[in-house]
Amino acid sequence: MDDQITDGYISDEEQALIDRFLDDNKLFLGPDPAIMRNHSIQPRTPYEERLLSQEQDVHQLNHVRGLVSAALDEGFQMVNQMGAAPGARWGDLVTAIMTPTGDLSMIAPHGIIAFASVCHYPIKYINKYWTQDETVGVRDGDGFIHNDARYGGIHNTDQSMMMPIFHDGELICWLACTIHEGENGATEPGGLPAAAESRYDEGLKMSPFKVVENFKLKRDLVTFLQNSVRDPKLQLEDMKVKLHVVMRMRERVLAIVEEFGRDALAAMMRKSLEDVEVEVRRRIAELPDGTTRVQAFMDSTLRENAIQKLRMDVTVKGDRMTWDFSGCSPQFMNRSVNTNIGSWKSALVTGLLQNIWPDLPHTMALLSPIEIISQPGTIIDAEGEAPQSMSLMPLFKACTIPTIPMAKLGYMLPHRYTSIIAPQYDQAATFIYGGLTQHGEITGNFCGDINGCGQGARATADGEDAVSPVFGFMADTGEHEINEEDVPIIRLGAQVLAKDRAGWGKFRGGLGYEQVATVRGSNMFGFMTGCEGSMFSSAQGMFGGYSCPAYQLCKIKNVNVFDIFNDGTTDISDVEFNIVDLMNKQPFEGGTYTSQDMGMTFEICNEGEVYMICQGSGGGYGDVLERDPYLVLKDVEEDKVSASIARDLFKVVFDDKTLVLDEAATEAARKAERQARLQRGTKFDDFVQDWTQDEPPKHVPYYGSWDDPNTMIIGAGEARMKVPYDQIPPILMPDPKDLQIAELQAKLAACEASKG
Amino acid sequence: MKVLVTEYLRIDLDRERWECRACEGDLHDARDNYKRGLLVYNRNPEEIHPPLLDTSKYSRTYSPNPDWCRILEYYCPHCGTMIEVEYLPPGHPPLHDIDLDIDALKAQWADRDEVKVPPVGKYTPAPRHSHAGHGH
Repeated sequence: MDDQITDGYISDEEQALIDRFLDDNKLFLGPDPAIMRNHSIQPRTPYEERLLSQEQDVHQLNHVRGLVSAALDEGFQMVNQMGAAPGARWGDLVTAIMTPTGDLSMIAPHGIIAFASVCHYPIKYINKYWTQDETVGVRDGDGFIHNDARYGGIHNTDQSMMMPIFHDGELICWLACTIHEGENGATEPGGLPAAAESRYDEGLKMSPFKVVENFKLKRDLVTFLQNSVRDPKLQLEDMKVKLHVVMRMRERVLAIVEEFGRDALAAMMRKSLEDVEVEVRRRIAELPDGTTRVQAFMDSTLRENAIQKLRMDVTVKGDRMTWDFSGCSPQFMNRSVNTNIGSWKSALVTGLLQNIWPDLPHTMALLSPIEIISQPGTIIDAEGEAPQSMSLMPLFKACTIPTIPMAKLGYMLPHRYTSIIAPQYDQAATFIYGGLTQHGEITGNFCGDINGCGQGARATADGEDAVSPVFGFMADTGEHEINEEDVPIIRLGAQVLAKDRAGWGKFRGGLGYEQVATVRGSNMFGFMTGCEGSMFSSAQGMFGGYSCPAYQLCKIKNVNVFDIFNDGTTDISDVEFNIVDLMNKQPFEGGTYTSQDMGMTFEICNEGEVYMICQGSGGGYGDVLERDPYLVLKDVEEDKVSASIARDLFKVVFDDKTLVLDEAATEAARKAERQARLQRGTKFDDFVQDWTQDEPPKHVPYYGSWDDPNTMIIGAGEARMKVPYDQIPPILMPDPKDLQIAELQAKLAACEASKG
Repeated sequence: MKVLVTEYLRIDLDRERWECRACEGDLHDARDNYKRGLLVYNRNPEEIHPPLLDTSKYSRTYSPNPDWCRILEYYCPHCGTMIEVEYLPPGHPPLHDIDLDIDALKAQWADRDEVKVPPVGKYTPAPRHSHAGHGH
């Protein structure tokens, strides 16, 4: 026997015995790479093969598709009306139908499209591991819950309810509902903890498990979940809402089966997937062969400023398309800005549906024909212990950056599926909050302002101002008056569009808006913010358009504006409650005014202190000198752009008082600027010789590839490393407070030494 | 046959040359990086995104930090049109962003009609033109 092992010889029988033993005795059924790394639709089952080999009544299939869509829509509306989570009220949810094998066929025709490519993973896990497990099983009346994105999902703040649907004892489909619940018991309130330094700081990590039997919630498990989060009322309410929504959708689907038969439903679900896949391959084939590329630079881990590179190569060859993400930043072992590859792909689908092919059905088949290459252990394909609770940071980029290389392939086509469009503003520019409400209840969640990102400029028009979240085109920013009834957040300023903060171009990016907030009626309530882009612009321009500017978090601490309002000793009649005026004029005496990175871990906001952030602009499109001067002046008239920018950047000459354009002078100014460009520009080859360095400036902490996607640069200064991709060491960032303490101790030591 | 590639770039398939769409000027070999036919300028981002907060009080002012971020502006050497813009950390190699298979492109366009004006699309907004609020 020993000899056999040494020789590596194991008979087929022995191998089968070992395999069975290992299958029966798995220590831990963790996320399954065979599921999580496969984004393609599965092969037809024999039943589907038999069905689709027959001639189809396409009109009936379309009829069935419409009825299922209506059922999903009804479910969506029910959650929208009844859901307790702010995310439910603003549309951050999905209802979906999957084939029995778990392929996602359709989602409700609005809401968050990212879900279209991510809800299927946990169902495939349930099918694989729980169906045959005698301690679990999958039966009529069961419902399963999950939230851990490592098993499939966008991020851990979303919670699902998944129900198998049986007809005459046969599993005919799965129905699911997922809501961005917010609070999940993490180390910071609100479900998106930037402070998480390990996956054990992320709060609830539910692998898919059964929480419903006989169509009823199991109260012992619900209680366990309630006991694990800051908002037990929310946890219970939304579990009930999701259960009853999937039950209502079940009624609808069973009625469809009664009327049209099981075969019609099965054929429709499968055809919906296959038809989309065929259409995507056709669209790939009409693009030119070749490679287009984009890169992006994120500037914050939300704990410290550090550049993390993202890069993407799009290669087309016939009807094959490859998206290669080699060279992205290595993952951080104690920072939350990593994402797993399944979530990354869901954001890529969002980018396709939101900005490139919005006319296609919302299904996982959209990405199915596209080959994805990534390097495990990087920020977009994180593995192991790396926390992922602020995966939004890379995910939002995945929604926007494909726009650029796809436009460079698709611009030449004789038709358009939608506008050629520059990237939308891609940050979660909203207040995440938590603490004790004015009603004495503990809560944690985030504001709907996340849904007000400015759109990227289009080839024929400016981007829409504050139009939608980057991850879905049908969501609302909510009503502050309603929010004020629930939480102690008071808005001191209106949602005014952020003047002079746009991605400039022939067409400009849609503007974001300002958020000026404080707290009233609670002495234990606070905020966190999770955005990068205060050092390096985030949303990129296109075809000569500029990116958006930088944005930061502004604060006025050590004041109580309500006391100032009440005591009447300070004249506030001239105070404009916008960020620029408050920060530059500093009207509240004694206040501490700071402007800092938009990545802020949770901190208490004392009553009357002021926190200010800004929704951002999308990227610009085209050369600023080609912008219609009248559009420039319209922006000036509407107080979106200042006269100085109109004059200095757009080279528009006009009368300051009347805003009357001087066409001749404008034409001359623009001609002069074009001449100036020719004078100051350098030939590319000469420029590159002077410009290009072997590595980033020493003072810039940098993570990711530089010129070679397979070689990583890690860190700053003398400690910086340059290593092959497959030799990346675990990256552990020092605690910023430890660095600050060390700096202060060094200063103290120097002072003491100077005293002798 | 000329194929549009971006707002300001096209390829003359017969001559295998990149061209500027704004002035029709010849730029570079279509089988190579078009940027090699352009002029480049290293722009301080504070000039494009000027500080809105008082720089004597604050270091973060809505301007990108010029020590972290630079803007490379690419100009047509004939007409000065800004063909492309690239935001990079100082010293980062510029991206070779468009790398097409010219032989395949020729074959693909052999049976397509030339597109001289880019399509707008059924669901896209038409170009807007305004005279200070009273458009026509």
